[in-house]
Amino acid sequence: MNDYLEQLEDEAIYILRETAAQFERPALLFSGGKDSIVLIHLALKAFRPAKFPFPLVHIDTGHNFPEALAFRDKLVAEIDEKLIVGYVEDSMKKYSLKETQGRFPSRNALQTYTLLDVIQANEFDACIGGARRDEEKARAKERIFSVRDDFGQWEPKLQRPELWNILNGKIHKGHNVRVFPISNWTELDVWNYIKKHKIELPNLYFSHERDCIVHQDKLVAISDFIQPLPTDIVVNEKVRYRTVGDMTCTAAVPSTASTIDEIIAEIIETSISERGQTRLDDQLSEAAMEDRKKQGYF
Amino acid sequence: MNTLKFITAGNVDDGKSTLIGRLLYDSNSIHTDQLGILQKQTKASQNGEIDLSLITDGLRAEREQGITIDVAYKYFSTDKRKFIIADAPGHEQYTRNMITGASNADLIILLVDARKGITEQTKRHASIGSLMGIKKAVVAINKMDLVNFSQNIFEEIKQDFEEKRVELNYDEIIYIPVSALQGDNIVEKSENTPWYTGEAILPYLEKVELSTNVQSLARFQVQWVIRPKDDAFHDYRGYAGLVLSGSYQVGDKVKILPTGIETEVIKIERHQREVEKAQAGENVVLHLKENIDISRGDSIVKVSETPQEANQLKTWLCWFDNTPLNLAKTYLLQHRFKTVRVKIQSIEQKWNINEWQFSPTEEVRLNDITQVNIKTNQTLFFDAFKEIPQNGSAILIDETTFNTVGACMFL
Repeated sequence: MNDYLEQLEDEAIYILRETAAQFERPALLFSGGKDSIVLIHLALKAFRPAKFPFPLVHIDTGHNFPEALAFRDKLVAEIDEKLIVGYVEDSMKKYSLKETQGRFPSRNALQTYTLLDVIQANEFDACIGGARRDEEKARAKERIFSVRDDFGQWEPKLQRPELWNILNGKIHKGHNVRVFPISNWTELDVWNYIKKHKIELPNLYFSHERDCIVHQDKLVAISDFIQPLPTDIVVNEKVRYRTVGDMTCTAAVPSTASTIDEIIAEIIETSISERGQTRLDDQLSEAAMEDRKKQGYF
Repeated sequence: MNTLKFITAGNVDDGKSTLIGRLLYDSNSIHTDQLGILQKQTKASQNGEIDLSLITDGLRAEREQGITIDVAYKYFSTDKRKFIIADAPGHEQYTRNMITGASNADLIILLVDARKGITEQTKRHASIGSLMGIKKAVVAINKMDLVNFSQNIFEEIKQDFEEKRVELNYDEIIYIPVSALQGDNIVEKSENTPWYTGEAILPYLEKVELSTNVQSLARFQVQWVIRPKDDAFHDYRGYAGLVLSGSYQVGDKVKILPTGIETEVIKIERHQREVEKAQAGENVVLHLKENIDISRGDSIVKVSETPQEANQLKTWLCWFDNTPLNLAKTYLLQHRFKTVRVKIQSIEQKWNINEWQFSPTEEVRLNDITQVNIKTNQTLFFDAFKEIPQNGSAILIDETTFNTVGACMFL
């Protein structure tokens, strides 16, 4: 087998089947972004013609791109699998939580509460996610099977060693495991895989015209959640999204790339990392991701 | 284009993190915003030059202490190959992390400080790589800039290591004089070492051939049984799993273990596509002629190529837990998809990785590498690790904490 995409695909399918086999109640976390769309594609390969041995779970922050939600519903209907939605707004009421203050309110950290509630209510013992080790330094230390305690917390210094590809999914009741089948994929691998298998994506990923506020060199879309102030510079530009998170804290990138090939060419050319270019909330401190993960973030 | 997974061994003082940083930096795999963060971090401590070692140390505690604690994975690619680096810590107290990193590596880079030569640590790392079945080694003799790129020093170190290689199981060892800090012989051949006729590190990594076990005996364990509840697929019964070694073809006469029932492969699917043949490393779904009761962990082997079977076996055991091995206790042994209960019956000897010698021992503690005899509650179908590593390896799990406490390589 001489093709690296095939190697990555094999590894991911292996991990998905291992998750199905080792856990009583797994779930697949579906964000609507390209990485989780690829996960679904891989799950189809791992389990069809049978149904998925797990439901899909979406944590809805209430700040989603409408295009991403529409795409989610269409995809779920097409593959005819079960979808469970957890609402961050419910958690905000229940725990009296407030989003971060300021121009671009982030509910990123609040998702953790909703996720933990959904895990508890459904007694999930494993949650499959589309995180990749190349995204961020703290993620580079993440296991394929990452054990979390009753509080969903990650303890980087007490991680289980993972030898060969033998995965140990044994856990105590109340604990759960985060599973990362595409750990070893890079952003470029994901795009090349999408190209090879002609996987459909929300049109947000391709160049389109959008009214944006220019904020610290980043383009933030005007939406129901973000309105321009009189002092703002507002532009209408051809943009695309390199990652799809919340409308309030995901920046668009100027781009005329309207095909997968053009996007791949742009990614090879770019000198800025995926999260660095598009996330407004990772750059707060050097260890922002490590801290969020310790709290139960995925 | 395929993937090469390699591990770098050595400690910060040998320039290991700098070497990795150099490979990433010179192959344009670091983004400018990440570089910006590095410059910010570097400013306080250094003279303004970017500290490339900061790229690999991802956890706060690692940056504070300036050491690598855990295995970090880094990715880069050239137009010839995709690379995955397992960056494991060098200190003896983190031997288990290095064993973990080495278990998934095709190649090991041993960093040697040209001023110090082969040290106990080099021997320890070389020994772990060999024990874990790595077949290719690069001895990167680093900091050549600090010894005036002296050919004599390079040759002395090379000879010193060559004398020791008889005790190691590498198929190929190459020696490269480098300066990770200055970039000599990393991506391109250096003008500072005109006497060196070999290649720089990256070109070598791009073309080194990987060993496969496609030619080995065929081994397959059932990972997951696919049985749709749908009426349209009423008769569909597929055994999904990984071809651990060798290859399978439609028409192969096979035997199911442990039942011993013989049948025939009538269909092979690979990602929903029918194929004639499947080989090592591929996830496939096998369909058999007879409708037999087969479950996860069962082996499907060729009638003429059966593995060893036993309830008692001798194995290497590397210990990973802070709590020492307890001979009175029962542990779980996970042999790929099959988990059995085991007891360690006796400890034969301990491998002293610094001296490369066996010695008798009564106990097995954190980071110990030993040979033990185990007894299982169910028959295992296995091969010696040296013959077919994929069917000769297992992990040991504590029944109460569920921690992975040891790695086994069957003898």
